[in-house]
Amino acid sequence: MGSLRLAMITLLLSSPALAQSPTYGVGRTPTPDEIRAMDISISSNGEELPEGRGSAKEGAIVFQQKACAGCHGKAGAGSIAPELQSNKGQDVSVWERGRGKSGWMILPITAPYATIVWDYINRGMPLGKEGTLTPDEVYALTAYLLAVNKVIPEDQVLDKESLPKVKMPMGDKDYGRLPDWKPKTHRLPGYGH
Amino acid sequence: MGSKRTTRRDLLKSGGALAGGLAVLGQTQASGQTPTVAPTVAPEHDHGSGASPMVKGTKELVEYGQRSHFVTSVRIAHPVGGRHSPDAFGKTFHIATPLQDSVGVITPSSLHYVATTRGAFVPDIDPKQHRLMIHGVVDRPLTFSMEDLKRLPSVTRTHFIECAGNRHNGRQKTVQETHGMVSCAEWTGVLLSTLLKECGLKTSAKWFVAEGAEEVKGASSMPIAKAMDDCIIAYGMNGEAVRPQNGYPLRLMVPGFEGIFHTKWLRRIKVVDRYYMNYNDYGHLEKSEKEAALAFQIGPKSVITKPSGAQQLSGPGFYEITGLAWSGGGAIRSVEVSTDGGKKWNRAEIKAAPQRMSHTRFGYPWVWDGKETEILSRCTDEIGQQQPTREQVAKYWNVPFERSYRVPGLDNSVMPWKINKDGSVTNGLA
Ligand code: HEC
Repeated sequence: MGSLRLAMITLLLSSPALAQSPTYGVGRTPTPDEIRAMDISISSNGEELPEGRGSAKEGAIVFQQKACAGCHGKAGAGSIAPELQSNKGQDVSVWERGRGKSGWMILPITAPYATIVWDYINRGMPLGKEGTLTPDEVYALTAYLLAVNKVIPEDQVLDKESLPKVKMPMGDKDYGRLPDWKPKTHRLPGYGH
Repeated sequence: MGSKRTTRRDLLKSGGALAGGLAVLGQTQASGQTPTVAPTVAPEHDHGSGASPMVKGTKELVEYGQRSHFVTSVRIAHPVGGRHSPDAFGKTFHIATPLQDSVGVITPSSLHYVATTRGAFVPDIDPKQHRLMIHGVVDRPLTFSMEDLKRLPSVTRTHFIECAGNRHNGRQKTVQETHGMVSCAEWTGVLLSTLLKECGLKTSAKWFVAEGAEEVKGASSMPIAKAMDDCIIAYGMNGEAVRPQNGYPLRLMVPGFEGIFHTKWLRRIKVVDRYYMNYNDYGHLEKSEKEAALAFQIGPKSVITKPSGAQQLSGPGFYEITGLAWSGGGAIRSVEVSTDGGKKWNRAEIKAAPQRMSHTRFGYPWVWDGKETEILSRCTDEIGQQQPTREQVAKYWNVPFERSYRVPGLDNSVMPWKINKDGSVTNGLA
């Protein structure tokens, strides 16, 4: 009895350590360079952002050069792809201002963090040639889309320091946070459905 | 057993029974293996008048079977009147499964619903080249090949996946249009918790980002508690490899969460210490925390698949009402059916032991008296959440109920089907 208890305590004490060492030894350790090449996630504080810079003026040129205008319209509105520019004044709520004609949310307005605009253009645009833009081009395009929506001044330069500091119209209190999820728990306490 | 075999052999010895035996065999082949185009009939067989034509075996039918050409049920672009799939570029967007013809709980892989965040091509991934990288706040980042993953202990579980856009309204005609963006399959793979333990989670690990290998590298963030609970890195679906439209060679299963989280063509998992809002997550922003909660873990939901919209009852008499129930909260505990527009609710029969976050098939014996009525179903899951009516939802949100009321989050409200005097079945919300 006593020794069993001792064995159980030993097991309990050692189990966190056990969980932290590999059990199967399957898989290969990637090199830091391999991780850097794959890791395109950008946090809201911008810690993964690459070196580079760009302004709205430069972005206006890239927007034409990279055929963005062809799909999204000359200044980001009035063509086949979703509008990137709002035609509503700054006096209405961010949700209203950031809603395009199709009902599609306008990213440079409704994104709570400017890093999401950068990240999406970097990984997802231009359609059909995804992943081909340089960091400078992505900074410039982000600056351009934020400037045409009057989120930043025309002459602001964006880089890894300034981009995460951009104050977006979608404030911290304008959208709902995801719940602190736990297994076997009602999805909305007190709702019952 | 032994005597049965003897009898059968004896019967086959007699010439008359031989033709009959072959006819039975031929029918089995016809229903299990015929191509969708009319099959090639073997003309040299004289198997008596009234018997089904015999189908010639082909190399293709031997290698990979096909359903009968009499079975014509297919997927359709969703929503009706919305974006086409495939579109002019060959991209697919949303495709709904023909629930009206479903039997049991498993959706055949060829009919499983498909959704892409925006229209997408399906990547043609060579499994020999494919890798899954796990990195971030872990002690040991690791890269796994498909072979590596198949060496690890596996699980096989039945899970539904449902798209956030699976909404019913009065304009839709069939259950495929109202509820077709949900499917259920048997998934096989390695628990994500197995891989994360292999990497060693740091105590700061709170969330993880999962990313696909398609052209937009679609990514979503989820709580690490979910990863450690029941997420599966799936390579198997319904007994074979995951289909390309569903993420070949690897799909992240996040049981009970909205479809978008079930990252297809999974190539990378980044464990992080705070919430990363990816474009996919941003696309699902809700105005309030309550609405956000309703658009995360899916609520209890059920629908009658037969009889359902656009089907026809042949006249008064017996019909088994049957349908599907599922919940992101766990297994289904009970299902009730009403055949009088919701006045009286009757306990339905559950067809097989309900699994967690899986479709559960239910049935209810019903004798239709030929009068106009409305049939509905509602379910309760193992943690006591009950599927609401649209009125109940409106009441909770304290808004006046009207026909056009839009249920917040993923719509899990009760679906009424109207049985008309002529036996036609129509949308009760119309
Ligand atoms: C071939 C047409 C095409 C081209 C070229 C194109 N886009 Fe897009 N873009 C789209 C479509 C279509 C969408 C909507 C999402 C989707 O279906 O992929 C989109 C979405 C976006 C969005 C997100 C919209 C939102 O509010 O959610 C941004 C930002 C964007 N594009 C920026 C750009 C930029 C910058 C370029 C040039 C580098 C560009 N696009 C080039 C078609 C295009």
